[in-house]
Amino acid sequence: MKELNRREFIKNSTAVTASVATVASGISLTTFAAGPKETDPVTNEKRWGMLIDTNKLTEVDIEDMVSACQEEHGWGEETHSTGDQKPGWIKKVKVKDTATQRISNLALMCQHCEEPPCVDVCPTNASMKREDGIVLVDKHRCIGCRYCMMACPYDARSFVHEDLSNQKEHMPRGKGTVESCTLCVHKVDKGEQPACVEALNSDAVVFGDLLDPTSNIHQTLKRVQSTQIRADLNLNTGVRYSGI
Amino acid sequence: MSIIRYEQTQGKSLGFYALIAGLGAFILAALGSVYFMEHSGHHVTGMSNRIVWGLPHVFALFLIVAASGALNIASIASVFNKKIYKPLSRLSGLVALALLAGGLMVLVLDLGRPDRLIVAMTEYNFESIFAWNIILYNGFFLIVGVYLWMMFERRMNKYSRKVGIAAFTWRLILTTGTGSIFGFLVARQAYDAVIMAPMFVVMSFAFGLAFFVLVLMASYKWTERALGDAIVNRLSNLLGVFVAAVLYFVAVYHLGNLYLAENSGVENFILMDGGIYTQLFWYGQIILGGLLPLALLYSPATKGNRSMLGLASVLVILGGLAQLYVIIIGGQAYPMELFPGKEILEGYGTIAAYTPTLPELMLGLGGIAVALIAITYLVKFLPFLPESLADHVADPHHKN
Repeated sequence: MKELNRREFIKNSTAVTASVATVASGISLTTFAAGPKETDPVTNEKRWGMLIDTNKLTEVDIEDMVSACQEEHGWGEETHSTGDQKPGWIKKVKVKDTATQRISNLALMCQHCEEPPCVDVCPTNASMKREDGIVLVDKHRCIGCRYCMMACPYDARSFVHEDLSNQKEHMPRGKGTVESCTLCVHKVDKGEQPACVEALNSDAVVFGDLLDPTSNIHQTLKRVQSTQIRADLNLNTGVRYSGI
Repeated sequence: MSIIRYEQTQGKSLGFYALIAGLGAFILAALGSVYFMEHSGHHVTGMSNRIVWGLPHVFALFLIVAASGALNIASIASVFNKKIYKPLSRLSGLVALALLAGGLMVLVLDLGRPDRLIVAMTEYNFESIFAWNIILYNGFFLIVGVYLWMMFERRMNKYSRKVGIAAFTWRLILTTGTGSIFGFLVARQAYDAVIMAPMFVVMSFAFGLAFFVLVLMASYKWTERALGDAIVNRLSNLLGVFVAAVLYFVAVYHLGNLYLAENSGVENFILMDGGIYTQLFWYGQIILGGLLPLALLYSPATKGNRSMLGLASVLVILGGLAQLYVIIIGGQAYPMELFPGKEILEGYGTIAAYTPTLPELMLGLGGIAVALIAITYLVKFLPFLPESLADHVADPHHKN
């Protein structure tokens, strides 16, 4: 067989690249029509959010949401971490109004702020907010300084206190880094709903695009009274509550 | 005032090697602790998702704050032109650099991923006070290094005032930055206060000077060099002023917080019923670290007594550690106000528990050991210390 010289190699590889590109663009043209794809660019035309109605949400519902999150992301099986060292991406919080004694139960997780304090304080840009409002930790860039955990007003973040194995492919959790609710970004990018919302399958929790006038969440928020936790901090959270 | 002659220490005595060996043992213990904590993960420490910064941060921030304060002696000489402090300027720069190195070592080795330090050095989020601090710390090394060079090199002496002013400005910004790490945390009742920044600056004056006084007295005693009362008494008075200033800032901070109803909970916790934090505040920070040193420094019975000055300095350091423990750990232990007007029955809202572990303590002490070993070695290799600080040498107003 004749040995390739450099010029021929470049010529051949250019031809191959060009033909792959042509075919690939054809494929993408046909698949765009089929709904959102993971390769679609993330833009600020969307703002993902969630509305939790504590009047409709039962304690069992919240426990189901927590289990679904654990199963989806593979947390909660830690064997060495004790007490507050255990991760808690989403948790059940029970509150009592001091005046009326009324009790509400709610699911508390990362509130996906528009102005996230965790992102402001992160020295290495590991904490970040996507254009569509989802707040994430880049686990390959996180140095484990935990300043974001100091800054988060919602106690929403956890630090991995021990070695882990068999992580989920979409969730590379690792010892010494910080993690929190991702709003199931890996599912949302495929057009699906977050695991906790799917698990519930009731209108107690509505997920969707806050900016889309035709979305269920947009219309519900227009209709019902809702609130943000620590609204006084002006963080404009993506997760909203009604009934508290 | 005669010409000041600087000379290396001999560093050949049994005492020197015993000191190095002792400090080396602490450093080895710290490295062993780090290996243990990083290998197992932070579950072996007392830290958790509620107390995310534990005892290592108490030591790290103490050392970093004290570092900028230790530079004050040089600043008083070159910026404010007080000649009596001039012979101490080289040592002041050295202690500052050594303390910062010790503090940063602790800070870095307590990271979840210290192996990714390179990320912290190459990726900057300029909105992060932490990222600013990384720049400020590195800049401090550079600027104080240049400052020392200006002081050591006779040809460069004429620039030492200009560089001294730059170093003084830089250190003020640095401690402001360190205080702002806490001052800008809006969600936590104990922190959200701009006064944290100037309070940290004043704390740095006191802690840095206390450390400097101990280093100075020990090195002159152990090398059998003369150290006159003129300098020692000045330093003693200065320490008293700084300790009083810290107490003033602490009072203003707490009184200001008490005035706001939203902060009455956390104030109650720290000042009244916070258990260990309340005890550390009153007995550690206020009495041992504040009132007792003031009494030792100013009461006629103990004033001018070097052992008492040494004791006062040790107490200021212990009180400073107690103060940072109360600020850092007490401030995290008290829960954030998630639902104003509501009581949280489940899921959050309790006082977070924290019991420091031995490896955390050893890492913190290792930071102090690193600072001390650096000073001990460098005074042996470079002429940091004047061969005499007797009154007739050091005091410009000395009359024979």
